[in-house]
Amino acid sequence: MAETGTAPGATPVARPPALAVGPLGWLRTNLFSSWGNTLLTLLILWGLWRVVPPLFDWLVTSSLVNVASSQECRGAGGACWAFVAEKWRFIIFGTYPADEQWRPSLAVALIIGMMLFSTWRGAWRPWLGLVWLGGTAVVLALLWGGFLGMTYVSNELWGGLPLTLLLTVIGLGAAFPLAVLLALGRRSDLPAVKAICVGFIELVRGVPLISILFMASVMFPLFMPAGVTVDKLLRAQIGLILFAAAYQAEVVRGGLQAIPKGQYEAADSLGLSYWQKMRKIILPQALALVIPPMVNTFISFLKDTSLVIIIGLFDLLSAAKAALTDPAWRGFYKEAYLFAGLIYFFFCFFMSRYSQRLEVELNRSRRR
Amino acid sequence: MTGVQHQAPDTQVAIELRGVNKWYGEFHVLRNIDLTVHRGERIVICGPSGSGKSTMIRCINRLEEHQQGRIVVDGVELTSNLKDIDAVRRDVGMVFQSFNLFPHLTVLENCTLAPIWVKKMPKAEAERVAMRYLERVRIPEQANKYPGQLSGGQQQRVAIARSLCMSPKIMLFDEPTSALDPEMVKEVLDTMVSLAQEGMTMLCVTHEMGFARQVADRVIFMDRGEIVEQAPPQEFFANPRSERTRLFLSQILGH
Repeated sequence: MAETGTAPGATPVARPPALAVGPLGWLRTNLFSSWGNTLLTLLILWGLWRVVPPLFDWLVTSSLVNVASSQECRGAGGACWAFVAEKWRFIIFGTYPADEQWRPSLAVALIIGMMLFSTWRGAWRPWLGLVWLGGTAVVLALLWGGFLGMTYVSNELWGGLPLTLLLTVIGLGAAFPLAVLLALGRRSDLPAVKAICVGFIELVRGVPLISILFMASVMFPLFMPAGVTVDKLLRAQIGLILFAAAYQAEVVRGGLQAIPKGQYEAADSLGLSYWQKMRKIILPQALALVIPPMVNTFISFLKDTSLVIIIGLFDLLSAAKAALTDPAWRGFYKEAYLFAGLIYFFFCFFMSRYSQRLEVELNRSRRR
Repeated sequence: MTGVQHQAPDTQVAIELRGVNKWYGEFHVLRNIDLTVHRGERIVICGPSGSGKSTMIRCINRLEEHQQGRIVVDGVELTSNLKDIDAVRRDVGMVFQSFNLFPHLTVLENCTLAPIWVKKMPKAEAERVAMRYLERVRIPEQANKYPGQLSGGQQQRVAIARSLCMSPKIMLFDEPTSALDPEMVKEVLDTMVSLAQEGMTMLCVTHEMGFARQVADRVIFMDRGEIVEQAPPQEFFANPRSERTRLFLSQILGH
């Protein structure tokens, strides 16, 4: 304290009025600055009072975790977490044989591991693509089995979280490069290339995902010669890839258009070829710019995979729904959807947070 | 157009434009441009805005396409042949009004990118070359910064170094000092003067008439897409022959 005292003769340090700083000041400026704001603050406080305690009561206080039978839950006023305790394996792994569920568990761990590894920028090398190719192959092999003493499990039985993650990861992994090519093609000087890319993007964007999945599942086989069958899961996957690529292509195009013409001209004047120019100059800048909308499409794609339910694939959400069909546990919708929703949220939130960090890192060079 | 083969290319000629015409839609931006630039020649091009001077030098490395006439750069005629265009661009450096440095790359990476990818130079050698040119433009200490961290004058000097790293035979400058704060103009002009003194073939669109007096072999005045007048600087400034040139000079030197 003695150090900060004013020197003799100096102007004494003026302190701001007590009501302008500190917690009181904060309250005043942020919550009660005017009559309107005061009213809003009180209204929100009242709303929170009405919502939070009952919610907490339902979620925690009155909830039941250990019950002898589902009958106990029926009369209770709280959430029946016993339902989740009973059904979580089914929700997460779907109809995958119970004795073999270590395999999808390992598959999920592998996928999450690869995701975490890819967040490290030191891994952003061409070989990262090989890691993903190899990793995905291992995941598929694990799920199918049929070797090393693992029983063969047809992909009709795959379901739950591994299926959701697999559709998402393969979907995004394949759609992203395709989207970049489509975006470049749409801006191409070659009329044929441009027409094909525009046509594809507009066509796919113009129809709902559901109809693409129906096409893939119902109509596609009609066009195939007799005897040729393409696996249902694969058809759905291809439909998802094409759908995601069309949307992402437009996001990438937005980034390309944001790059000043001078960047193209500087690259041209240095003698860089078209592909060198795109790879080294334009795309790194354009893609860094479109991280927020791109992650937006990634997140909605993860959730869109739940639409595969309409062609009879058991992804995470379908499995949660199916868990409710057990006569003993009918009616616990809230618990089932909350549980599935929490898992979706975990992955979406991770992507969102990571993208924010990435944005800061990649745009560091732009700071002034 | 009679199919008569021209004589063996004159090795003293760096750039030749013959009857070059260009339109933007209906707008006739270049009218019958004839221009011969010899090796080692330093040319300053001036004229009112919209006179086609930038368009003309941008045709020389095919950032713009001409629609009529011939442009031959270092013995290579510019047609739609991409190989020829690449060959010309490797030999012709360009400095822009707005610098156009690559903001996501460091100064050093800006300078080594083209040598590594276009000339297939080993990275270590490219960095050595880059550092040599960064020293020449007197900013080696900024090598690991990003362009956004530099002042305008420094950025433009990096842009010059970046071009020089490709060992160009010809340098084009498109209003290199127009976007700079006044106190930074000199550092860029100094760099250009020293480049001129080393015998680089230079075409420079600029309104820096002091620079023109000091280094130009020839000053070209353009107006409405035409070359109106060209002369050595003393003659150009002392006895402009056309009325349009006199008017222009009085406007930019008058105050």
